Formats: sequence, structure tokens, C-alpha cells
Amino acid sequence: MCATCGCSGTLAPEPLGATPHEHGADHDHSHPGEHRHEHGPGEAHDPHSHEHRHPDGAVHSHPHSHRHGEEHVHEHSHHVEVGEGTTARTIALEREILEKNRLLAERNRGWLTGREIFAVNLMSSPGSGKTTLLERTVRDLQGQMTISVVEGDQETRIDAERIRSTGARVVQINTGTGCHLDAQMLGRALEELRPPMGSLLFVENVGNLVCPALFDLGESGRVVIASTTEGEDKPLKYPHMFRSAELILLNKVDLLPYLPFDVDRFGAHVRQVNPGARVLPISATRGDGLEAWYRWLRSGNEGRRRSCANP
Amino acid sequence: MHELSITEGVIDGICEAVPEGQVRLVTLEIGRLSGVVPDSVRFCFDLCARGTRLEGASLEIVEVPGRARCGSCKRELDVDEVLAVCPCGNPFLEVLRGQELRIRSVEVT
Repeated sequence: MCATCGCSGTLAPEPLGATPHEHGADHDHSHPGEHRHEHGPGEAHDPHSHEHRHPDGAVHSHPHSHRHGEEHVHEHSHHVEVGEGTTARTIALEREILEKNRLLAERNRGWLTGREIFAVNLMSSPGSGKTTLLERTVRDLQGQMTISVVEGDQETRIDAERIRSTGARVVQINTGTGCHLDAQMLGRALEELRPPMGSLLFVENVGNLVCPALFDLGESGRVVIASTTEGEDKPLKYPHMFRSAELILLNKVDLLPYLPFDVDRFGAHVRQVNPGARVLPISATRGDGLEAWYRWLRSGNEGRRRSCANP
Repeated sequence: MHELSITEGVIDGICEAVPEGQVRLVTLEIGRLSGVVPDSVRFCFDLCARGTRLEGASLEIVEVPGRARCGSCKRELDVDEVLAVCPCGNPFLEVLRGQELRIRSVEVT
């Protein structure tokens, strides 16, 4: 029996970080044992170990991570192929591809929570009015809240300069060829920006309705901005993005008289993709609906401070 | 093109988890509802693997079909798109499977 993992096999699946170890004889074995974990609803959780029993009674364990509530099957192919003097071994990893981003996002989340900062990830297609809304928001809330902004764009500091002129603290991240912000980029921006305790932080993601949806930054809330000039079918065309947000701002409602845009139909499309999301029609230029947007921000900001005061 | 970052995540994750040896084969699980396009990952893989211990490795992608439970009639059904609707008419489905983005295993020499 193998002294490292307890199995009787030739090579065991190695837990992450375990020292590779060798067995005496070559053979193949597999156990297509299907098993389930029951959890409450929620996100992926940290890698954990669990045991498998082989037909010969040997038991070994290996770590893995998965989402809650999800059925999953493990296959282990511990085998050695010997050909022309080369030994190939298969190592079962069962590792989330986005694991590194998830861990960094959790670190950001802990950092922000400890400082009672309400961080909003703003996502939209290019030209929906994110920067205009931010300029207006910063000006209107000046004196009520301290606001900092992380600006994500592929190139230029144009947006950062626009925000800076409002008096808010701002850091620009240029992603170069990158099409979204990730948790590592936000982590670096936070080190540079050092937003103060109890403040409000906006993260203006790269204008893109696809890629940012998959990358958790460690934010407290996700907001998608759509605009009336984009057409009411956007939620159906970009379901991952609209599903990931809790608040959808429908901007440029001042243009509705000139557009064949049906607000109710847009709302129905959002509900089809994300029944729990709230839709708020606004105009960042004329001011429609902004008071409701500010209430949402205040309530998030106060909630963050309350939860820190009474953990 | 978030598949580029996804593929970089695969390469980094493997280099971290498997500290030595030449990687010959990588097996990934990509759910059909995950928002990641397997062909784009294949396109990026050779590029991202260049200069690492994964250079020249083959890539095998197991596409995990979608499975969901209807919030209304409670039946389970196969779904291959994010916006699937239950035959009972309810569009609110709880996804049970198909969102995987996982490195299943690697073969190393």
C-alpha cells in the first residue's frame, strides 16, 4: 500500500502541493464512483478533501473545489504508461480555472469590508454613459460621501481626467489588450488609491458587455448600465452580464421621445434573464431617476457601515 | 475575448499545482452555460503555453452539458443555452450543471 495516500495503486492522484511519490508496480485502476455533496445555495467554496474507497478497500482522499448545489462526477485515472522509456503520469487536479482570481477577489472584498467601503462595479457597453453618470453622481453627492473612482479603459487617461475634474480621487487602469478588469488589477489600484474608511468606491469597468461578467473583483455590488439608444434586446443578447448584476440602470431616457424603445419590453427582458434585478430608468444628463440611484448608493454605503459595526 | 485570460489562468494554475515535469496533455471541463467558448480557448492555448512547461501539450476539452431545474413545475431538464425555457412555459430555471470551468487533470512526463 502506498504510504503517502493509502491506496494500493501505482500512482495516486496527487493533492495540490503534495510531494509526488512512486509505487512499485505498474497497473491501471479506476473507480468511476459518482458521489454528491449537499450544500445550501451559494458560490464555489475553498478546495476541500474527501475520501474515495477503492474496490480493494484502500481509501485515499484528494482536494477539490466546486460550486454548491451542483452535482458532479469524479474520475480518477491513476495510470502509468510506459513507452520508449518515458513514464507519463496523470494527475487529477479538479481545480477551478478562475481560482486565482476568486482568491484575489476575496482578498479585495476583505480589505474593502474591513474599511467599511461600499464598492460598486459599473459595467456596460462603450457609450452607454458610465462616465457621464459618474461625473454627475460625484458632483451631486459631494459633501455627503467621500467618493473614489477606479477607471478601467484599454487606453488613454481621458476618463480619469474627466472624473478628476469633479474633485474625486481617481486611479486609471489601462488594460492594454485586456477587455476587462480582474481582481489583481483592482487590488493594485486599491493600494495606489487607498480609499478612506466608510467611503464609496466606483469601479468603472472596461466598456464591454461580455468579458467583465465572469470576473469577480471583490466588489460589494454590481450594476449594469444600458441605454435607450442600444435597443431593448440587450439583456437577451448578453445574458451573462445582465444575470450577474443586482441593479440595471436604463440610461438616456430623455431620448425616449425620439426612439422606438419600449421600456416595458426592456424590463420584461431583464426579468427573463435575471428575475431578481431591479431596473431603474435614469437620465445622467437631465437628472431623471437619479434620486433613486443615490438612495440605492446611500443604503448600500450605510448597510456596509452597519454590518461592520454589528458583525 | 476573455478566453485569453481564462487560458492564462489554466497555464498559471497548472504551473502552480504541478511544480515539475513536462505537461503532455491537459484536460479541461467547460460547461455549455459557462460563457466560455471552447474553440477560443483552443485558439489561445498554444500561444499561452509557449515558453512554459506546457509548450507542445495537447488540449482536451470535455464540454459539460447543461442541466437545470424548473422553479415552477420542479422538473429537471437538459438545457443548452442560458435563456432556456421550461416546456411548462417558465423561464426561471435553476442551473444544476453546465457552468463548470475546471482543470480536470494533466498528464506529465
